[in-house]
Amino acid sequence: MHTYPRFETEETQNITQMALPHIEIKDLNVFIEGQHILKDINLSIPNNSITSIIGPSGCGKTTLLKTLNRLVDDGKGVEIKGSVLVNGEDIYAPHAEVTHIRKKMGLLSQRPFPLPMSIFDNVAYGPRIHGERNKAILKQIVEQQLRNVGLWEEVKERLDASATGLSIGQQQRLCLARGLAVKPEIILGDESTSALDPISTQTIENLLIELKKDYTIVLVTHILRQARRVSDYILFVYNGEIVEFGKTEDVLLNPQNEITKQYVKGFIS
Amino acid sequence: MDWRLIKDRIVKYTFAFLLFIALGMVLLIFVGLTGKSLPLLQNEPIGQILTESVWSPLKGNFGFLPFIMGTVWVTFISLLIAVPLCTLASAYLVEYASEHLRRLVLPLMNVLAAIPPVLYGVWGVLFVVPVLSRYVAPMFGIDSSGYSVFAGGIVLAVMIFPIMISIMVQVLQTIPQDLKSASLSLGATKWETITKVVLVKARPGLIAAVVLGISRAFGETIAVLMVCGNVPQIPKSLFDAGYPIPALIANNFGEMMSIPLYDSALMFAALLLFVIIFGFNLISRLILNRLEGKN
Repeated sequence: MHTYPRFETEETQNITQMALPHIEIKDLNVFIEGQHILKDINLSIPNNSITSIIGPSGCGKTTLLKTLNRLVDDGKGVEIKGSVLVNGEDIYAPHAEVTHIRKKMGLLSQRPFPLPMSIFDNVAYGPRIHGERNKAILKQIVEQQLRNVGLWEEVKERLDASATGLSIGQQQRLCLARGLAVKPEIILGDESTSALDPISTQTIENLLIELKKDYTIVLVTHILRQARRVSDYILFVYNGEIVEFGKTEDVLLNPQNEITKQYVKGFIS
Repeated sequence: MDWRLIKDRIVKYTFAFLLFIALGMVLLIFVGLTGKSLPLLQNEPIGQILTESVWSPLKGNFGFLPFIMGTVWVTFISLLIAVPLCTLASAYLVEYASEHLRRLVLPLMNVLAAIPPVLYGVWGVLFVVPVLSRYVAPMFGIDSSGYSVFAGGIVLAVMIFPIMISIMVQVLQTIPQDLKSASLSLGATKWETITKVVLVKARPGLIAAVVLGISRAFGETIAVLMVCGNVPQIPKSLFDAGYPIPALIANNFGEMMSIPLYDSALMFAALLLFVIIFGFNLISRLILNRLEGKN
């Protein structure tokens, strides 16, 4: 059994002992077209909190995020070794069913990608795919999720309008609502605010902070201030390896590793 | 003035002139065809020519309905076969196939597109027509020589596969991976993602591909002429012979001067083809503009 004390503070150990972690990564290695992108990743992501993955561009943070919902295997020449346990179930096991895994995780991508349909249908898309046909229930889900992301008052008059007509900040909130509508347990954010204006960014950040009581949230960000504002835990990845993992203030204010220190001070970007 | 600037100006006006010549050609063809068709049009009102179904040049009867219907049948059948097949084939190539297969198939499409139409005609005569006559028609209890609008539609469909597939593949490749990921991450299967997101998003481009296919199908002459039977009648079923407009022109061009008004009638057929293709492109352009405006 591989042990990894270096990456676990006492607090995270306590948390992981309290409940089965939603996400547990064991000996994960990812190769893309022969390149070793992620190396020996071992990690338990604490439940009901926000964990930010930080690190310089190209260090593998987005790949790490996408291994969590298996979007990474859609790429070309991808080889994955090791396991990712979601609720104790290995999502890379041969019999694992990928749509079922993805349903548990809402993904909020870099730029909003509304589906080519109306606002209503965007939110109802997930529930419909998973078999919900009842119009009254769909309506209720759509309203609830749009309220959840603070979009309801802005769009309730034009639910049938195309989602592409919304502002980019509204679109990103719509995408979040769409993700929440399939009742995930985990929210994955891939630099979700990088295309947004400051006010929309703040709205999304506040939403995520509010949502963490019900969800386990993993964010990729390259903005340290954002990581400090929203996250409870920080994971610093460098060259495909986990360099440091711990509570936000520990990693940012008192980094143990020399590379982390340099990154936090802005010497590496 | 500086010689370099003068040269620049000369080049500019020469190029503009060349462009207008190219555009002027289209106009000239239209004017020429109209002029040549006038004798027929003066002889009989246009409404009658288009709706009359008797074609006997010797008696001076020039009813174009059989040819219009022949073209419509053949084009419609070919689209009925080609559109779903090409859509699914290109969706497979883009979404499911390995990079290796894609690299193998796409150049092959260009080879298919470069095969001269007459070879497709020969294939139609040697393969499609006998199969229809011996196996397919008897299944429906019909006696048919095989030379029919069905054969024309099949041959035409195969001929428009390459252009449709290669354009559709290009269109589908423009759909951003992140949009597909958005659907997949909600737990949708690939098939759900293709039908509900990819094809919807790609619709304007797919329509453009179909339009190009139709334009090709309308004008295609030799291969269709070889397998359609060329009987001037309105086809009533798949297995009836038909006589598309381009085939009419090609078949009778040699003898058109010997019968009064025959030349005028053939020029009118050409004008008809011209107007149909022109109008079709115009309408589809308008549809495309509107769709693009929506997105």
